[in-house]
Amino acid sequence: MPDLVVARPEGLYCPAGDFHVDPWRSVDRAVITHAHADHARTGSRHYLATSQSERVLRARLGDIALQTLEYGERIALNGVAISLHPAGHVLGAAQVRIERGGEVWVASGDYKTDPDPTCAPFEAVRCDTFITESTFGLPIYRWPDPAEVFADVVGWWRANADAGRASVLYCYAFGKAQRVLAGIAMAGGRDCGPIVCHGAVDNLNEVYRQTGVSLPLTQRVDDVDAVAMRRALVLAPPSAAGTPWLRRFGELSDAFASGWMRVRGARRRRALDRGFVLSDHADWPGLQAAIAATGASRVIVTHGQVPVMVRWLGEQGLDASAFATEYDEDAAEAGA
Amino acid sequence: MKAFARLYVELDATTSTSGKLDALARYYAIAGEADAAWATYFLAGGRPRQAVPTKLLREYATEFSALPAWLFDECYQAVGDFAETVAHVLPPPRHVSDVGLAEWVGRLMSLRTAEPDIVRARLFAYWDELDWNGRFLMLKLIGGGFRVGVSRLLVTRALAAHAGIDAKEIAQRLIGYTHIGAVPDAAIFRALVAPATGALANPGHPYPFFLAQQLTNPVETLGDPRDWMVEWKWDGIRAQLVARRGDCWLWSRGEELITERFPELAALGRRLPDGTVIDGEIVVWRDGRVQPFADLQTRIGRKKLTPRILADMPAALVAYDLLECDGEDLRARPQHERREHLEALVARNGDAALELSPLIALPTWTQYAALREQSRTRRVEGFMLKRRDARYGVGRTRSDGTWWKWKIDPMTVDAVLVYAQRGHGRRASLYSDYTFAVWAEDADDGGRRLVPFAKAYSGLTDEEIAKVDAIIRKTTIEKFGPVRSVTPSMVFELGFEAIQRSPRHKSGIAVRFPRMLRWRIDKPVDEADTLANLTALLGEPPR
Repeated sequence: MPDLVVARPEGLYCPAGDFHVDPWRSVDRAVITHAHADHARTGSRHYLATSQSERVLRARLGDIALQTLEYGERIALNGVAISLHPAGHVLGAAQVRIERGGEVWVASGDYKTDPDPTCAPFEAVRCDTFITESTFGLPIYRWPDPAEVFADVVGWWRANADAGRASVLYCYAFGKAQRVLAGIAMAGGRDCGPIVCHGAVDNLNEVYRQTGVSLPLTQRVDDVDAVAMRRALVLAPPSAAGTPWLRRFGELSDAFASGWMRVRGARRRRALDRGFVLSDHADWPGLQAAIAATGASRVIVTHGQVPVMVRWLGEQGLDASAFATEYDEDAAEAGA
Repeated sequence: MKAFARLYVELDATTSTSGKLDALARYYAIAGEADAAWATYFLAGGRPRQAVPTKLLREYATEFSALPAWLFDECYQAVGDFAETVAHVLPPPRHVSDVGLAEWVGRLMSLRTAEPDIVRARLFAYWDELDWNGRFLMLKLIGGGFRVGVSRLLVTRALAAHAGIDAKEIAQRLIGYTHIGAVPDAAIFRALVAPATGALANPGHPYPFFLAQQLTNPVETLGDPRDWMVEWKWDGIRAQLVARRGDCWLWSRGEELITERFPELAALGRRLPDGTVIDGEIVVWRDGRVQPFADLQTRIGRKKLTPRILADMPAALVAYDLLECDGEDLRARPQHERREHLEALVARNGDAALELSPLIALPTWTQYAALREQSRTRRVEGFMLKRRDARYGVGRTRSDGTWWKWKIDPMTVDAVLVYAQRGHGRRASLYSDYTFAVWAEDADDGGRRLVPFAKAYSGLTDEEIAKVDAIIRKTTIEKFGPVRSVTPSMVFELGFEAIQRSPRHKSGIAVRFPRMLRWRIDKPVDEADTLANLTALLGEPPR
């Protein structure tokens, strides 16, 4: 039987169902795993995604022809059954399950296996062929318990607030920022001071709240006076680093929440005071566990540490290969 | 180890000097003397002899992590630091102990003489009782090289504050503290922080070196040239010759005792009056002039100093300062006064191995600038400018007066980036170390090809490195382990201090201290320099 999914110049393509998954060029029918910019792009005629990602997608892609599905809901397209299953990556993120004649393929998009109160947890879907990401596909990437990370963030914030300086935490505006907000609320950080969000983060917070995700109270910069600002936790996208927007905070301590912070050199390169290891992606053990849980005998690696993962899985006895994709590793490096 | 690990994390988590001093103060307040002795040793730059060869460490760490060797290597490439790589990949410990730093050093030192299978068993047991930070530091203790943004000066200041005595006194006592082979203990640490008595800690010790600053402003900003004493900047090994109690010691600026490497200087030292300390430059001196640094390098490289070597490459000390005369510390006296004492000393003690660094007195900076152009033919690096009233300070401090180095501009060449390798430390996983090539005529077909001639990794900003890194990833031709060859597309202006013929290099030449001066985005690859341009810099007649 021919492969259910193949790599085409415009993106991953299912010939039997005549649709693409996260294409990077305009196509007729695009199934979108999640709303990060390198996976959801404008210009396609029809879109299919989860109902939970609808608001973010519309906010980012504008007026698109979008059909939504609930997690687990199944539709048929040209004789192929499609359903979307939680990927645990960000709000609305899905793995795409594709079935025809008893053969099942799953395209993971991006995923993580660690708990995250702002999105549905990763669901292992049994399949014959699993198309996986490998952003952090090296054994050096092992995430600490997120609860400990949030306790560290709160400890850092509290120490800064007591010393009278703002705490600026860089984090990707969609997904990471909201996870941090929920996490520090659970870690008891609410009494340290006000939480101030950059406009890019605030817009996404609003979408999360409208979708029914509970987040602590946040404020915009203009709502907080200079005295209170010295106790504030400021969430800003990495692109805000070094911009005039930061000058209003005066003396500050800065930090970055990302899986890349696992390596000291990555933090020191950015000359940051702190690096908090917190990722939207699976770590090495998470990738191994997720791949094993699918029961797939064939694995195709799309982006990140591709040659390493292919060789490793091959040595574990799996039929492993790679798809060349244009999922943007630079964007992943900035936010993951 | 937990207290030391906490100190390390605190030092690592701040870029402010006061934050680091606070962290050191907290550590010294609670640490036991034996632990503090070793913490000082490592933070001040001490590197013990490697207790376990890196090859074995790598083998055992790979085994303990249960990873295939290729995957461990991939991890190392991404992290760029061996100790950190191992800390990342080992499985979690079964129980975590809290053994002090001094005891850890003792444990690790004992591995040096142990049989490989004992080393293996002990390392496995040690790794099983250390958390992430503990493992990372334990491997750093074996391999040395902490790089936590703490300078020796900062440690000196923290110790001075802790002991309540002057930082200069601490700097003096720290001399020799970080020797390879040093074994600091509680008693040594007590002596380090004991109240000041005015007595010399050790008769053989030199004074802390006063270091010069690079002159970056126009020389005219220094004011009247008559306020300055000007000498050539010698290209050799900075050293202090210490003559006391009928014996003598020769110390390099790296605080290495090198008396035995230079028997002619040792003989000179024994002829000098007791209580003499000269600051100067060791050079090879022959036919009444200084010889190229390469000669000195050759001489240092020889294991055995044969009579032939001593005759062909005789060493001399070019003296430029006198720190102690007749047992009296002159460092607080003004530069010109110390100079008078030095001249008198040299006059009284004529010796083939002792040269006085001449003063050059010209009326204007313009004339100095013109004379400075002769530096290369004179085999010097430019001028040293010393304020007439400068005291002899400690390290790079400027409070005691100033020494400026006014170096000649480097030789430059426009070269093409042909290979790239990932960096270390904060450049881990970025392609930041490059090999450069120039065009060479191909005798066979009259065409041109690129010949690699130098490696360089410094001189670019972080933003430039990020851009170059992205281009390297997009233009990779082949990967050889950690090295990538790239399609030639980027031209850089390289600067270097000296150039010489070298049969060991493919290009036939070797350059000294190559670094990137700027990225020539404006320049196409075809217009990069040629090997002929480069060899012209040798200053030889064409062959």
